[in-house]
Amino acid sequence: MLDFLSTVGRVIITFLVATGRLVLFTANALFHLVTPPYFPRLILRQMIDIGYYSLPVVGLTTVFSGMVLALQSYTGFARFSAEGAVSAVVVLSMTRELGPVLAGLMVAGRIGAAMAAEIGTMRVTEQIDALVTLSTNPMKYLVVPRILAGLTMLPILVLVGDIIGVFGGYIISIYKLGFNPATYLTKTYNYLEFMDVFSGLVKAAVFGFIIALMGCYNGYNSKGGAQGVGAATTNAVVSSSILILIFNYIITELFFSR
Amino acid sequence: MTSAAPKIQLMNVHKRFGHKVVLDGLNLTVGKGESVVVIGGSGTGKSVMLKSVLGLLTPERGSIKIDGEEVIGLGLAARERVMMKFGMLFQGGALFDSLKVWENVAFGLIQGRKMERAKARDIAFEKLAQVGLTAEVGELSPAELSGGMQKRVGLARAIAASPEIIFFDEPTTGLDPIMADVINDLIIKCVKELGVSALSITHDMASARKIADRIAMIYKGKIIWDGPVADIDKAENPYVDQFIHGRAEGPIKMEVKV
Repeated sequence: MLDFLSTVGRVIITFLVATGRLVLFTANALFHLVTPPYFPRLILRQMIDIGYYSLPVVGLTTVFSGMVLALQSYTGFARFSAEGAVSAVVVLSMTRELGPVLAGLMVAGRIGAAMAAEIGTMRVTEQIDALVTLSTNPMKYLVVPRILAGLTMLPILVLVGDIIGVFGGYIISIYKLGFNPATYLTKTYNYLEFMDVFSGLVKAAVFGFIIALMGCYNGYNSKGGAQGVGAATTNAVVSSSILILIFNYIITELFFSR
Repeated sequence: MTSAAPKIQLMNVHKRFGHKVVLDGLNLTVGKGESVVVIGGSGTGKSVMLKSVLGLLTPERGSIKIDGEEVIGLGLAARERVMMKFGMLFQGGALFDSLKVWENVAFGLIQGRKMERAKARDIAFEKLAQVGLTAEVGELSPAELSGGMQKRVGLARAIAASPEIIFFDEPTTGLDPIMADVINDLIIKCVKELGVSALSITHDMASARKIADRIAMIYKGKIIWDGPVADIDKAENPYVDQFIHGRAEGPIKMEVKV
């Protein structure tokens, strides 16, 4: 019985310590995010890495999601003779949910892992200590550019992904399911409200922040050589993916539960 | 040897990780223009001592003074000002692999001291020449260099911003005996030419004898012997005796279990 209790206690303490560390790291990162100096070259490089080079992945993911969405909702709604709702389902699901969540998860795998691996390697090879001895704050030099890039680039990626996804649904609806192009587009346009897109972009910004934060945090605190960096990379992807799904619910609740 | 105001003064420094006591009341002074080498086995607290002076770790108790100024608990800005006095050669070089060799050497000048790139570049090539590297090497990336060359670049980076104090972390570890001696000569040359104070940690006795004015031996978080390099062979301290002759038998028991 005592063994069991001590195990429970240890798990809880470990969890609280980890949470506290993450909160402190986040506060520290936010402090440096709003205080100069900044490193424009590094911010630009991260923006290109996250924004530009993730385009193919996000584009492919969203185009196929849009296509499958059209196909599935058509076969489903056909049972109630409600095929006309396909365009609305595609555009609303894409902008509100699938665009931000799919882009977030794909970028978490692509960028979060890369950040954790790069910063983790810098940690175990003492490059982060070297930054400090060269009078450069590693939070400003490594973490802030990544967070800024994540925060700004994810919404842009998601906006592009939304458009590509809706286009995917359009292609299937027109060429496979035989919808009238003009009616389909008019319906898409009429059903869509500003809030649908906006809530998706807010989600994207939050997800971008989460991805960069978890990538940096896990890399920054990695230890013990190659194995430690591997563990940091895994943790970065897993934790940011889970946090993305949790915050996806929270933000949806905030926007649409009224 | 020690002048009135020591360059570095550690008094009664304590540092522990969890239950493991690493520094247990450590005392050490480095005078102006003096080269002190701390010897000791693995896991005796050498690196922790160095990182405490650099401010990468914060001791629980004790005092560390640089030029008579207490540095434990300094704020961000004050810490960066003190950092300007330091140069550090890391054990593995800790070169930034995303930057070219010359950018590594110029890093402290450009980021730390806000010097113009062109001017910092000239100084970087000058320092590379001082450690016997040609201009072509400056355009390579650190990954393309051998271990010995990386150490030289690390040395050039450490001296680039004309520091007052240079720290050497195992400067000859992992090098062949000839390259080790080349590095020793470079260290002596740099320290003497620049008139800086030097604090090194090593377990390479040949290197210690060559670069030190004074040798201190650390064991279980304390300095157990401290004296001029000429006196080390007549130290009449069984710990020192065992270490400098590299005997497995003696008062120092290797902790096989950690």
